[in-house]
Amino acid sequence: MRVMVIVKASKESEAGVLPDATILGAMGKFNEKLVQAGVMLAGDGLQASSKGKRVRFDGAKKTVIDGPFTETKELIAGFWMWQVKSMDEAVEWLKRAPFDGGTEVEIRQVFEAEDFGPDFTPEMRAQEARNREQAAKNAKKA
Amino acid sequence: MTESATHGAIDAVWRIESARLIGGLTRIVGDVGVAEDLAQDALLIALERWPSTGVPDNPGAWLMSTAKHRAIDVLRKRTLHQRKEGQISHEVELQLEEAQPDLDAAIDDDVGDDLLRLMFIACHPVLSTEARVALTLRLLGGLTTEEIARAFLVPVATVQQRIVRAKRTLAEARVPFEVPRGADRAARLGAVLEVVYLIFNEGYSATTGDDWVRPALCEDALRLGRILAELAPDEPEVHALVALMEIQASRLGARTGPSGEPILLLDQDRGRWDHLLVRRGLTALERAEALGGALGPYALQAAIAACHARARTGDETDWARIAALYDALAQLSPSPVVALNRAVAVSMAFGPAAGLELVDALMSEPALEQYHLLPSVRGDLLAKLGRSAEARVEFERAAALTRNAKERDLLLQRAADCPNP
Repeated sequence: MRVMVIVKASKESEAGVLPDATILGAMGKFNEKLVQAGVMLAGDGLQASSKGKRVRFDGAKKTVIDGPFTETKELIAGFWMWQVKSMDEAVEWLKRAPFDGGTEVEIRQVFEAEDFGPDFTPEMRAQEARNREQAAKNAKKA
Repeated sequence: MTESATHGAIDAVWRIESARLIGGLTRIVGDVGVAEDLAQDALLIALERWPSTGVPDNPGAWLMSTAKHRAIDVLRKRTLHQRKEGQISHEVELQLEEAQPDLDAAIDDDVGDDLLRLMFIACHPVLSTEARVALTLRLLGGLTTEEIARAFLVPVATVQQRIVRAKRTLAEARVPFEVPRGADRAARLGAVLEVVYLIFNEGYSATTGDDWVRPALCEDALRLGRILAELAPDEPEVHALVALMEIQASRLGARTGPSGEPILLLDQDRGRWDHLLVRRGLTALERAEALGGALGPYALQAAIAACHARARTGDETDWARIAALYDALAQLSPSPVVALNRAVAVSMAFGPAAGLELVDALMSEPALEQYHLLPSVRGDLLAKLGRSAEARVEFERAAALTRNAKERDLLLQRAADCPNP
């Protein structure tokens, strides 16, 4: 199964303060271990929300909201994609990560096609296929 | 933590740590069977203690030091025994010396080498293919005997026996725990790659049973491949195999319909391909090519898979390039199956008649006599040429030959779809 590991933002990450060399080194080592174990598929850090945007949908109206966004704990500062055998394995890996100071990191399981079960009908698949086809055509035009 | 939660955590720790543990212990005691027993003993102690003490901060180091203490006992007993027999060997003294100092320190030293040695020993040519597969999944994949048995649809006792026999064979043949060097290395590495790809393929197109795919087995193989790529980063064929598996695995979600029936490559919804895996696959292929390995057998297969991965729709597929890649593959490792694939590519690039000519030349090939894909391909080409009566016969023949239930249904459906002349 695949999980997304979500690192929440902090005052520092929101202030655009880069982690110091010690933390970067420790994190690099941890990432290396994940790669060596064949667990890490992808991962990146995100810039502060002051450089981000939000789009709010309301009927036909779309409002663009500029960052920064206030609720720091709800914001994301980085993520990983891991391939693991179980949620327990993901937890065990995460426990080895070099975080500290009350940081909370969240693990969420990624949906896979079979998780949709019978509700994901052939019609829905067909619809999804049409959407993607259209998107591909648009991409080609662009 | 509840007891069952602790057991879940212990299972996870085992999966993460067991290969390193067994590798390190094999280096000390010189016997992979004894090493695995020692590691299992340490796990049993953990199962006994951790539910009350909690999982230690560094569970891997805990297991390793527990197992190492027992390893030293084993070596001491061996020394005593040999002393009595008057044949104390220098080797055992050395092993003891190596095992003694700082049990907790330097656990990470040489771990990479140990894992690589473990891969080579698990895939050693003295073992049967089945034994190599079982041992690799068990020692390096961290799978239990039960999980392996379930994956290959064989009784647990069979897998157990395979593993016991394999360990005995390795001990009797005194197979050294080492990374082969020199001329031997390429052949031995080839054996490792073969085992990993075999595991992948059993998951990707199950040869037996009701399900056409078993994704868990693909994931296990991919993980082994990714680990191997880190252990042997200068070997182009390792990256090429990873590329091939990543790209093929990217189609797993699109290869089966709602009730598990197979969907063929050109009918797949490409939006459902896993683009993260596609990207990883293309990157791994670039790595193999940058190491000068573009013409290796796995690199050629990966390049073919990449042609499909890069095409946004089936119509955009560069069939002429695929046919050329199959040409190269046929020269490098000629096989009737490669020839059949080449025929398909030629038919797509230059028309069904050109493909049929090549397929017909394969009809007398004894190796393909029982191979359901030969009549299946021939049926497809005949159908395209409007020779539907002949096509139906071929689809029916293919259906009778396949051992997979879902595939049989698909072939019978195609036979039924052939219009009556």
